[in-house]
Amino acid sequence: MSDSEKRPAAGKSGPGDRIRAVFRTFALWELLRGLRVTLTNFFRRKVTLRYPEEKTPQSPRFRGLHALRRYANGEERCIACKLCEAVCPALAITIESEVREDGTRRASRYDIDLFKCVYCGFCEEACPVDAIVETRIHEYHMENRGENILTRERLLEIGDRYEEQIAADRSADASYR
Amino acid sequence: MQQIPEIFPLILFYGWSGLLIAAAVGVITARNPVHSVLLLVLCFVISAAIWLLLRAEFLAVALVLVYVGAVMVLLLFVVMMLDINVERMREGLTRYAPLGVLVGLLLAAQLSSVWWLRRSGLEIAAPADSLAFEEGNTQALGTLLYTEHLYAFEIAGYILLLAIIGAITLTLRRRKGLRVQQVSEQVAVRPESRVRLVKMKTERDE
Amino acid sequence: MAELLANWLDFLPPEAIGALIDLVAIVAVTVVVILCVAYATYLERKVIGFMQLRQGPNRVGFRGLLQPFADVLKLLVKEIVIPGRANRWLFLTAPVLALVPALAAWAVVPLFPGFAVADLNAGLLYLLAMTSLGIYGIILAGWASNSKYALLGAMRSAAQMVAYEIAMGFALVGVLMAAGSLNLGVIVEKQAGGVGNWFILPLLPLFLVYFISGIAETNRAPFDVAEGESEIVAGFHVEYGGATFAMFFLAEYANMILIATLTAVLFLGGWDSPFAGLIDRQWPVVGILAAPGLFWLAAKTFLFLFVFLWLRATFPRYRYDQIMRLGWKVFIPVTLVWIGVEAVLSVLDIGPFK
Repeated sequence: MSDSEKRPAAGKSGPGDRIRAVFRTFALWELLRGLRVTLTNFFRRKVTLRYPEEKTPQSPRFRGLHALRRYANGEERCIACKLCEAVCPALAITIESEVREDGTRRASRYDIDLFKCVYCGFCEEACPVDAIVETRIHEYHMENRGENILTRERLLEIGDRYEEQIAADRSADASYR
Repeated sequence: MQQIPEIFPLILFYGWSGLLIAAAVGVITARNPVHSVLLLVLCFVISAAIWLLLRAEFLAVALVLVYVGAVMVLLLFVVMMLDINVERMREGLTRYAPLGVLVGLLLAAQLSSVWWLRRSGLEIAAPADSLAFEEGNTQALGTLLYTEHLYAFEIAGYILLLAIIGAITLTLRRRKGLRVQQVSEQVAVRPESRVRLVKMKTERDE
Repeated sequence: MAELLANWLDFLPPEAIGALIDLVAIVAVTVVVILCVAYATYLERKVIGFMQLRQGPNRVGFRGLLQPFADVLKLLVKEIVIPGRANRWLFLTAPVLALVPALAAWAVVPLFPGFAVADLNAGLLYLLAMTSLGIYGIILAGWASNSKYALLGAMRSAAQMVAYEIAMGFALVGVLMAAGSLNLGVIVEKQAGGVGNWFILPLLPLFLVYFISGIAETNRAPFDVAEGESEIVAGFHVEYGGATFAMFFLAEYANMILIATLTAVLFLGGWDSPFAGLIDRQWPVVGILAAPGLFWLAAKTFLFLFVFLWLRATFPRYRYDQIMRLGWKVFIPVTLVWIGVEAVLSVLDIGPFK
């Protein structure tokens, strides 16, 4: 008993508390209270989604796979200004420029290394002509070495394929930019 | 075909007896003490089976329950924890062999005296006839133990109780300064005795 | 059914026919138990998932209903790895030793009126003996694995089983005092006639002690220190994989269902209907509800099985010394006191104790 007296507040329970505690213990009161918590959760709506069939809603600002866009007349937007290359914190973008026959500056090489990319979206913000964008696509994979590098051709191809959604997302978000 | 009922128990009896003896020999010859204990368990199980053949179902189940289920578990527990040096255990084998043989012979003589007694026509024990009791020999044993042999039974019970108390007092030691969890006190605690809500003035930078 | 079989096989001697009928009953019960085990694992994952706001398995088959078979297939085709310097023979025997008593105990369980594989007079004793044998599989697995974690798990489990077996045995003593028989069929018949006649009310403390000790005996959460995945990885079966692990798994769940069934048989009137006293058997539609049968035993077993899983989803693991305290210092005194109370009541001819 001397042990209990050394402890600061432990010995304060009176005989009434003792009797109450005995009843509560043998009625398994605390256990039943715990069981009630799990039982109420048993009947609650489940939060897990059946993934491939059900998906969480996506924001139009979602930053997924990259794409290069074109103007409505089919001309590519990118003017190889290298602002995105400069702003990229992960140094994932490599651009080489050249002068096309019509005298405009164009990118001869536009590579994004997906292994380096951190999907911050700075390239999209830096782009003066809205050429490089990040799409909503996030379920993609690579099967061979080297496929992690998105070349200019592949970026344009992605842009062509998803232009409709990309345009819709930009216009949905336009008033906040 | 009609002889099956008579022959079948005999085959079982001799088969199990043979296994029992083999297992018993294994107990004392096995190199690994854990194997010895396991063979001893096998011995008990086979003896229980033989008792079942004699329709002594209570004894058979009690043997499995008490010896196999509890005693041997603790023995196994101890043997596993011990680091027994088998070589040193074997050193004294030849020295104690004569004594062992003597004890063995004495046991054998006692057991074989049953033959001699039976030959002499003495009634040693009534043949087990459990079918006379409606509830089997569990009830028969109970009735006997609690009527005819009540004193012996109670005395046996008290001896066992004494043994329990003795074992506990021998091994119980109180160390000083040991802080033991006192569950009854922990359970009796109310929030008010542990938590004090204090009202404080809000501090402001002025 | 049995008569039909006997007529068809009348060229055999009567003993052989009896043995054959027994064999059929044994195989039937074993197969049903193993199927129940398969779906108990599914139930467990679903119930615990639901309590954690998850879906549980839902990929294999409709709502994951084929999941148990996928699991079994996976476990059976996996390689059995025997650790170096393990005791090979015992290592492979241990799972069998764990499984056999778990299935053998089912022999005396009365499943519906007039049926148990073996209608033993000392059925209750047999059950105690069988449940106490399951420990060998665990101890030997722990020792034969030649692994410290496994040995620790085995030691914990041995001490725990021995401690709770006594409380369990005393709880059963209370039941047999109330029923006046060791035969499980007779115990169920003594409780016939609705909820009021069940032993759960007069033997409430023993019922609680029995069920909780049963959880401890089967090494289920919150008494799963023998496995204790957060402390000793997986305890006694760390080194086991594939089919050998599957056998331990099977044994654990078979024991779990056994304890659930036994609790129903011993305290909730087994196959007796809860409406037996309220509804007349002769009434048109609802009269069926009052009839005793396998359905009621299955329903009660399911209830206790659910409680097993519910407890696992709710409570954290007991500390080892607290387990020992609960077993020796709480349960055994409680059962002893209640057996005393029962003895006094039966001398005074009060309640069902006559």
